[in-house]
Amino acid sequence: MPQALSEAQKKELHETALRIVSPGKGILAADESVGSMGKRLAQVGVENSEENRRQFRQILFSADDRINSCIGGVIFFHETLYQYSDSGVSFVKMIKDRGIMIGVKVDKGVVPLPGTYGETTTQGLDGLSERCAQYKKDGAVFAKWRCVLKISDNNPSQLAISENAGVLARYSSICQQHCIVPIIEPEILPDGDHDLKRCQSVTEKVLAEVYKAMSEHHVYLEGTLLKPNMVTPGHSCLTKYTPQEVAMATLTAIRRTVPPAVTGKSYITPGEEEASIHLNAINNCPLPKPWILTFSFGRALQASALRAWRGHKENEKAATEQFIKRAEINSLACQGKYTGDNHAESGQQMYGSIYAY
Amino acid sequence: MTHQYPALTPEQKKELQDIAQRIVAPGKGILAADESTGSMAKRLNPIGVENTEENSRIDSCIGGVIFFHETLYQNTDDGIPFAKLIKDRGIVVGIKVDKGVVPLAGTNGETTTQGLDGLSERCAQYKKDGADFAKWRCVLKISETTPSELAIFENANVLARYASICQQNGIVPIVEPEILPDGEHDLKRCQYVTEKVLAACYKALSDHHVYLEGTLLKPNMVTAGHSCPTKYSSEEIAMATVTALRRTVPPAVTGVTFLSGGQSEEEASVNLNAINTCPLMKPWALTFSYGRALQASALSAWRGVPNQEKQATEEFIKRAQANGLAALGKYESSGTAGAAGQSLYVANHAY
Repeated sequence: MPQALSEAQKKELHETALRIVSPGKGILAADESVGSMGKRLAQVGVENSEENRRQFRQILFSADDRINSCIGGVIFFHETLYQYSDSGVSFVKMIKDRGIMIGVKVDKGVVPLPGTYGETTTQGLDGLSERCAQYKKDGAVFAKWRCVLKISDNNPSQLAISENAGVLARYSSICQQHCIVPIIEPEILPDGDHDLKRCQSVTEKVLAEVYKAMSEHHVYLEGTLLKPNMVTPGHSCLTKYTPQEVAMATLTAIRRTVPPAVTGKSYITPGEEEASIHLNAINNCPLPKPWILTFSFGRALQASALRAWRGHKENEKAATEQFIKRAEINSLACQGKYTGDNHAESGQQMYGSIYAY
Repeated sequence: MTHQYPALTPEQKKELQDIAQRIVAPGKGILAADESTGSMAKRLNPIGVENTEENSRIDSCIGGVIFFHETLYQNTDDGIPFAKLIKDRGIVVGIKVDKGVVPLAGTNGETTTQGLDGLSERCAQYKKDGADFAKWRCVLKISETTPSELAIFENANVLARYASICQQNGIVPIVEPEILPDGEHDLKRCQYVTEKVLAACYKALSDHHVYLEGTLLKPNMVTAGHSCPTKYSSEEIAMATVTALRRTVPPAVTGVTFLSGGQSEEEASVNLNAINTCPLMKPWALTFSYGRALQASALSAWRGVPNQEKQATEEFIKRAQANGLAALGKYESSGTAGAAGQSLYVANHAY
């Protein structure tokens, strides 16, 4: 049977994946679309102009060498990939020169699935091959594509699960043909009042479907990264869970569904300090975990920086410092070494019985 | 959609996982005694011997024994049920529960496996009678046109139904999707097919809400077909096998107990050892579930002649210990060029 990839391509993909998730490193997701960035800027009273977007990304990319050991990759939005710093250096060059991998968001947003209760799939496959070839020339070595699923009484439906898994596999297959490592993101939103168990159950079904689709599309798992949600209760759930419970549920779900060949997982989660605490708990959880577990954070790395900046040039250095601080904290968290601002040591004994998951 | 109606309570899950872990405890594997028939099984089965010195050597490498229905209810010469004897020595008792292969119409000689009817009641009875794990064998073949999608899907599904029913009755299911070594295909082809088959199995197990921590997998090693002109080293076999498993078997699965599929006794041990020394990360126990590969020498030593039992038992113990060591990656083959073979892992080898 014909091989999808040559040995040389597989080697390149695997090595790129390993570099992105080297021990202590994670991903800065700086790929907010124009609309999303607009919402963030509005929160700090800044106008959503291309220049302001450039300024804010510059604040992040001007961080000094301290981030070299914390950030393995940066995900760009298309616009940002072709922007420059005040001194005329391309953002791509600024990042690449530090040995940080360049990634690009390649999906074109969610679109409705008719006949479902408000569910979506993600578009962007048209001409994706040509776009990948161009991005590769322009410095990108990895890509990101986000699918979205929701939990409710009726959701996610079997259609939503299989359609999103299928589209993620097609995207992955196309990326790999251009030696671009696909980050696979089947995000299950935390909206709702469901409990931890429900989220875990849905996550397991979704991930099982995703990896079946990857197999069917002949995707080379060693040359991929997974960007899943942590397993958490819904935002409106009345029960509170400890970071250890979140960690246990999260790890159990991926142990049941993600083959060891997948090089690494980079987690998304809302919140800033909470995100780091949870990532730390995951890395301290006693269940065996044969992949690297790190972060792929957007807001969780940028929120403090944004608040410190508020659009004022004189705040730029302070804002960059805030970003570096979060990067260093998460670097510790993805090694299980973060003790937290106000938290006591997360003791091993608080992980509880694995049979309850 | 995707509501979870728990299939098992936490207590049931714990029991299943504990059983699975006991079977594949470090240095231990499974004696598949479910292929022998009638009186041969009785005489051959050295586990029935009451020599405590021999027993302790056996007990340190055998975590489980698979019986078939008839032998589960046979007694030793002193009238003690085999199952009780084994269980009392801390070895887990298993039972083959499938009812053989049947043709899949419209395919090129492919099959599925029957045995689901009344399986729940049978499992409940077997559990009462001392069995804690079960085995069900599905068979796939490699050729120009096979395995077909139907064969892959149907066998994966029937394995998942069997697994689900077993777990409801406190029995750990061993999931066996055997891909036969017949044919002239090369190592790569076998690896490719094994990856597709195992991916289908784990999707089916997920769909059927099977608790993976309370299961074991019994796959073929990845090897070239019997008539393939190319010869592969045990390191190549090990690398292809471990790569295939890493791409398909979730870490939650407690253990992988390989079938020997017609390999010689020595080959089966050497290959298992190579698998355990393969430098890729392997989050499951990797051990043996051998029939012929444990019993062939014992059988020929016995040759149906009474008073040869002691010799037969010695041969069996020898193989059991060899495989126990292989499951730890510590087996040194007396046959081939020993240490020279260890360095043959090629870092950039293509899989």
